[in-house]
Amino acid sequence: MDFVIPKETYTGSIPEIEFGKAKTVRFAGESALPMHFFEGAFPNKPLIAFEIQDAQPDDYPEELSKVYSSVWDDPVRWAKFCASLGAEAIALRLMSSHPDSKDSKPNEVADIVKKVLSEIELPLIILGSNHTEKDAEVLPVVADASRGYNCIIGKAQEGNYKTIAASAMAGGHSLIAMSELDVNLAKQLNILITQTGFPKEKIVIDPMCSALGYGFEYTYSVMERIRIAGLLQGDEMLRSPMVADVGFYVWKTKEVQATQSDIPEWGSLYERAVIWEATTACSFLLSGAELLIMRHPGAIKITKKFIDDLYSERTE
Amino acid sequence: MAITGIEIFKLLPKTNCKKCGFPTCLAFAMKVAQGQAKIDDCPDVGEEVKAKLKEASTPPIRGFEFGTDTEKIKIGEETVLFRHEKKFNNPVVLAFEIKDTDENIEDKINQVIQSQIERVGQILKVDAVYLRNSSGSAEVFKNAIKTLAEKSPQIPLIFGIENPEIALSACEYYRGGRPILYGAKEENLPEMAEIAEKFNIPLGVSAKGVEKIISLTESLKSKGVEDLIVNTEPSTAGKLLKDNTVIRRSALKKGIKALGYPIITFASSIINDNYSVIPRSTSDEESTEKSLYETIIASLAILKYSSIVVLESIPKWKNLVLFTLKQNIYSDPQVPMQVKQDIYKVGEPDENSPIIITTNFALTYFLVRGEIENSKVPAWLAIMDCDGLSVLTAWAAGKFSASKIAQFIKESGIEQKLAHRELIIPGYVAMLKGAIEDKLSGWKVIVGTKEASAIPAFLKSYMRSKN
Ligand code: B12
Ligand code: SF4
Repeated sequence: MDFVIPKETYTGSIPEIEFGKAKTVRFAGESALPMHFFEGAFPNKPLIAFEIQDAQPDDYPEELSKVYSSVWDDPVRWAKFCASLGAEAIALRLMSSHPDSKDSKPNEVADIVKKVLSEIELPLIILGSNHTEKDAEVLPVVADASRGYNCIIGKAQEGNYKTIAASAMAGGHSLIAMSELDVNLAKQLNILITQTGFPKEKIVIDPMCSALGYGFEYTYSVMERIRIAGLLQGDEMLRSPMVADVGFYVWKTKEVQATQSDIPEWGSLYERAVIWEATTACSFLLSGAELLIMRHPGAIKITKKFIDDLYSERTE
Repeated sequence: MAITGIEIFKLLPKTNCKKCGFPTCLAFAMKVAQGQAKIDDCPDVGEEVKAKLKEASTPPIRGFEFGTDTEKIKIGEETVLFRHEKKFNNPVVLAFEIKDTDENIEDKINQVIQSQIERVGQILKVDAVYLRNSSGSAEVFKNAIKTLAEKSPQIPLIFGIENPEIALSACEYYRGGRPILYGAKEENLPEMAEIAEKFNIPLGVSAKGVEKIISLTESLKSKGVEDLIVNTEPSTAGKLLKDNTVIRRSALKKGIKALGYPIITFASSIINDNYSVIPRSTSDEESTEKSLYETIIASLAILKYSSIVVLESIPKWKNLVLFTLKQNIYSDPQVPMQVKQDIYKVGEPDENSPIIITTNFALTYFLVRGEIENSKVPAWLAIMDCDGLSVLTAWAAGKFSASKIAQFIKESGIEQKLAHRELIIPGYVAMLKGAIEDKLSGWKVIVGTKEASAIPAFLKSYMRSKN
């Protein structure tokens, strides 16, 4: 039998995003379903950003605090430490601005952003605290303070996209648009954002992440559907790169915190915690994410190796 | 691929002779398509057409059962590429590799037996043992079977044997059920086919690459061996993804029968040596890096279409992550897992015990229930029907609202069983406190913690404050 590999016909490709100033990185740009090297072009590997926070986190479980507690009171040192671990990009989460945290003022966090930008060369993703109203106040100030640094700013949601998109555009940044686990909501938000004049090629969709065991299957399937709609069904408004904000969700779960003596059936904590983040991340690479935001260096190493192994099939 | 009535009609004599008991060939064809008539009822269709019809009405991916009398496992018969289209059918089988030369076979069997974990109300475990004939000796292999069968006769087995003579003697010896015989390849194909046929057991067949697999499955099929499971021997994660995708797509979209078989993957054979980049905890044994990476390869296989994944090691942390992934991926995309609305007892609660309310999403229920159990505080757990949505999702959808909660508590009859009027609500819906107190007269609302993991500490201090 003469066998021919059945190939899909694709209707376009995902825009490529480049960000950073002193150092730049690129991700996305592919023209086929995730890692289908046999039927499309994949100019860039997926990118992993190390997450840091603007103030010492109070909810990092032990496996994380072990790694970061010596640097986490200073975002600059924290970022440099990540760089020393091989980070290619940093995601700075302005958690202290959340009303339930320190409720820090927009200009306070903007100062931190400026400091980080002036002291590190790595490309920066700047994230609010996911509080819709507060992000609408904070992110515009931050976008302005980082003008010209070509960052990725996020996350714009249905309730606050107008001010955030406008300021990201003025600051020359790319933008993360987050919706709630629904293809149509993701599309709708992209339409709304482009209607403000924001360039579509600079939008990254966050379809809403979740951790393995905690809504994982919803994120996985929504990502697959977004990719299919954008690349196979010709839906241009869903043809955007995707981010999976993995660490944020994974490190809340019990599986990365309970010790072996708490729950003997779950085995050793270190491996369990690291693999929980790595498995969540690697799965979302397969469902379509090109940008991952992660926390544990061990999990990041595993994920990077997985990316390299997959990409060994890429034919230039 | 289901065949339509019209397609069947095209194959009929079209004489409308009525011998089948139907007025027209078309009417008959429609009934056949619906499974309400048999093609044999028309005396005038030829054998060739019958064969064609049979072929067309079989599932595009073959399914079969293996295992023991008490543990039968069905694999295959998948119908979609993406789980949002339709629930994936037969959950992936996780198998643990034991070599017949292993000195600690009993310990390894114990690991399988002790792998059970309960998650979201389901018992999950390592499903099968892949017993590899590393010794090259029939006697050693039989001894290993014996040890296994004595220790745990119910575990489904996959025999990893390439030598037909040893395979034959193993199959003659084993009386435990229907194992899979894995080890057919180009060099031993006729002999292995004969054994599979003789014992009516599924056969695993391997060859490098999809094209070679096609020629082998076609040849096996022509010999009448059809319960097959295939391995394209991918050497990297990228090749595994490609081969499995091509196989599933060819079978489902192109109707290529020679690829319509479930896939078996040996996770550790896809790991090259440079896994040592992965950091390990200082305390643990040396193989940790490899084991971590084996978990990732196994995850890829679970997500992307393998029906059996063979693992070299099964530490408990690895089992937990792979069981959870399997549970997530094989869940129904349309209907969330849910539990019945009711007021459940945790421990032996009495009139002074606390009452806690949450939604009927199975995950939520089991997490909350588990933590109440951990607290050792007996309690009433009020589970409200919210169409299986989590706390915040149900709240956002208007299903976990103050008025509905008030109504549920009133109608449940729990008031008669309680000497107090304090309702504990999930921390994530603290904003409901005032509204519930307005609607549920006489009650006070206590806002619980956000995460269930904090429930034990919370409940203990809550109970202390009562005394
Ligand atoms: C998966 C998911 C969905 C799935 C539904 C899954 C399901 N069966 O519920 C789908 C895709 C269908 C969905 C839909 C929607 N979703 Co939704 N979804 C999620 C997601 C990702 C995970 C939810 C989950 O499974 N959590 C796990 C369960 C176990 O959590 P839980 O029930 O809260 O239980 C925990 C605690 O509450 C605690 N607990 C529970 N009970 C109790 C009781 C006591 C006493 C105590 C102390 C503790 C406690 O224990 C558990 C473990 O800690 C979350 C975001 C996230 N990552 O968390 C958003 C989220 C819940 N969704 C949200 C929204 C808005 C929606 C939609 C309205 C979106 C839309 N506009 O259409 C719809 C509504 C659904 C509808 N109309 O039918 C919002 C809610 C916003 C808010 N703050 O109120 C969230 C938070 C996302 C966000 N914006 O951040 N969603
Ligand atoms: S017996 Fe066959 S040929 Fe005659 S009417 Fe029925 S289907 Fe048609």
